[in-house]
Amino acid sequence: MNQMQQSAPTVRRIPDRLDNPLKSALFSWQTLLLLVAVAIFVANSLASPYFLSPWSLSDATFNFTEKALIALAMALLIISGEIDLSVAAIIALASTAMGFALQFGADTPVLVAIGIGTGLACGAFNGFLVTRLGLPSIVVTIGTMSLFRGIAFIVLGDQAFKGYPASFAFFGQGYVWWVISFEFVLFLAAALIYYVLLHRTNFGRRIFAIGNNQVAAQFSGVRVGRVKFVLFCLAGLMSGIAAVLLTSRLGSTRPSIAQGWELEVITMVVLGGVSIIGGAGSITGVVIAAFIMGLVTFGLGLLNVPGIVMSIVIGALLILVIALPIVYRLVRRR
Amino acid sequence: MSRLVRTREIWLLLAIVAMIAAITLRTPSFASPENLAGIFNNTAILIILALGQMVVIITRSIDLSMASNLALSGMIVALLSSAYPDLPAPLLMAIAAASGLALGALNGLLVWKLDIPSIVVTLGTLTIYRGSNFLISGGTWVNADELGPAFIQTTRVELVGLPLLSWFAIVIAIGFFVLMTRTPLGRSIYAIGVNPVAAVYAGINVGRTKFIAFCISGLVAGFSGFLWVSRYVIASVETANGYELSVIAACVIGGVSIAGGIGTVGSALLGALFLGVITSALPVINVSPFWQMAISGAAIILAVILNARGERKKGRIILKRAEHGA
Repeated sequence: MNQMQQSAPTVRRIPDRLDNPLKSALFSWQTLLLLVAVAIFVANSLASPYFLSPWSLSDATFNFTEKALIALAMALLIISGEIDLSVAAIIALASTAMGFALQFGADTPVLVAIGIGTGLACGAFNGFLVTRLGLPSIVVTIGTMSLFRGIAFIVLGDQAFKGYPASFAFFGQGYVWWVISFEFVLFLAAALIYYVLLHRTNFGRRIFAIGNNQVAAQFSGVRVGRVKFVLFCLAGLMSGIAAVLLTSRLGSTRPSIAQGWELEVITMVVLGGVSIIGGAGSITGVVIAAFIMGLVTFGLGLLNVPGIVMSIVIGALLILVIALPIVYRLVRRR
Repeated sequence: MSRLVRTREIWLLLAIVAMIAAITLRTPSFASPENLAGIFNNTAILIILALGQMVVIITRSIDLSMASNLALSGMIVALLSSAYPDLPAPLLMAIAAASGLALGALNGLLVWKLDIPSIVVTLGTLTIYRGSNFLISGGTWVNADELGPAFIQTTRVELVGLPLLSWFAIVIAIGFFVLMTRTPLGRSIYAIGVNPVAAVYAGINVGRTKFIAFCISGLVAGFSGFLWVSRYVIASVETANGYELSVIAACVIGGVSIAGGIGTVGSALLGALFLGVITSALPVINVSPFWQMAISGAAIILAVILNARGERKKGRIILKRAEHGA
């Protein structure tokens, strides 16, 4: 849309030098997000005396690392023009599978393998339906969302799996060093991997190519179906990992586990500047957005604001952050 | 196109009839008129919501905020009714509908004026409306003994053998049928779904038509808020939580194409009834209600696969016709 406005028939000025990189970086989405994140951080520190302690900040990370792990894969999927609404249901099914294996005496390594494997299988199922049968991903994943969580409900009903081994608790509750949790380290490592994958590899280029123009990508020799299939598998894989972390942190499995997470994950991705229609976005933005959501939720929690009111803030943030640049552009045009 | 859609609808109708017949073999009372009327009555709200969602989906948009809108509008009238028990039901109905319309118009304005994708807008308003529900109610429930008697009675009054709730669904379905097939607005809605660029050249304001579509879905969601509270005699923050997905599922199973432009009143109606029959059939055949979610998920996936087949065939038929013409 921006380009269309620029190509309006006015006097064409050719700049004698390309855009100042510093200036363009200053007005970018990431900078805006970073400012928001800093503002929230400062506001939190002022609002609550308990916020600025290493252990509180460490606790704050638990609020978003599991969702943010999925958001990394979701960002790639949305950039390629697809979406996966079933991620939270995959967590439920993977967690149920782990609990089921537990009943037969599976120990920690087996549990982890089953959790991650179930996630991967679910992602591959989504990918198969979308890429092989050519179905729209939004409807397919609404369907598999019901199907996966439905299976968890069939297995568990109103019961819960409990009694995970003590060594299993490390993934969601353990600390690598001082206040640095295992989850947080895993998230940082995953963010780095996804950054390299999206911004520094051919595979990442192909994702952008598909999102911008799928037909052109196809004719340029990109195997669109295969790339998308891999992306769905990645979303499933990350959901499986999140399932291991969450199950380990909660120490039990209920079929309603992680209910509604898909919306929070997508909010994170869109807030991070990934275009919902595909073709644009960055991992840096998603990571900052994850911190923003984590800080808002944790800061409001310290102030005893109920979770549902926080969701108003998150929802408003989502719309505002997207609407403000558009409004700004509209006003400036007048 | 219309012939193809109609055959789809006939298949879906046959599937529903077959399902009822199969269950009746085990439990003869299942197909009794009273029971079928009961199933229809239980599905009435889903039908009304699916019709509203259908209009939005045809315009290539989606309204994820319908269930939150329903809950918020329902809570507003429930609180009003508990504060002023003498308020007449028609007034409460109008207030719920107006509240829903306003919330839908907010969605529509953001989509129209700021050109934000509808999935983002309604994802945001989904949580905002649900949270506002908590803010106005303070997280408490409004129970049967706090609601005015006129409120509770509204959906239960029997008229020619059917409860008023069923009649609302029937009248609204007829209204949607007239809107979609007999008015310029209905034509515009299909036009911008089939080909938005061509619609612009035909003089249709795409943004404004989407805005109206969101107003319609908001209006029916708000009105359903009244019906929901009257039917289930409770209003809470959790009212209809996650129900937006059942509504979309009903549309998809009925054959409304998520890519826009395809869908009829009959398809949304049958899609909702399909889910309704499954819901009421499970306890009858002694299947735990926990199966319902997985079954409706499988039904959605199956329906999308069939839809995709149908839409692919459509292209071939057009080509054949062109050959005959030449």
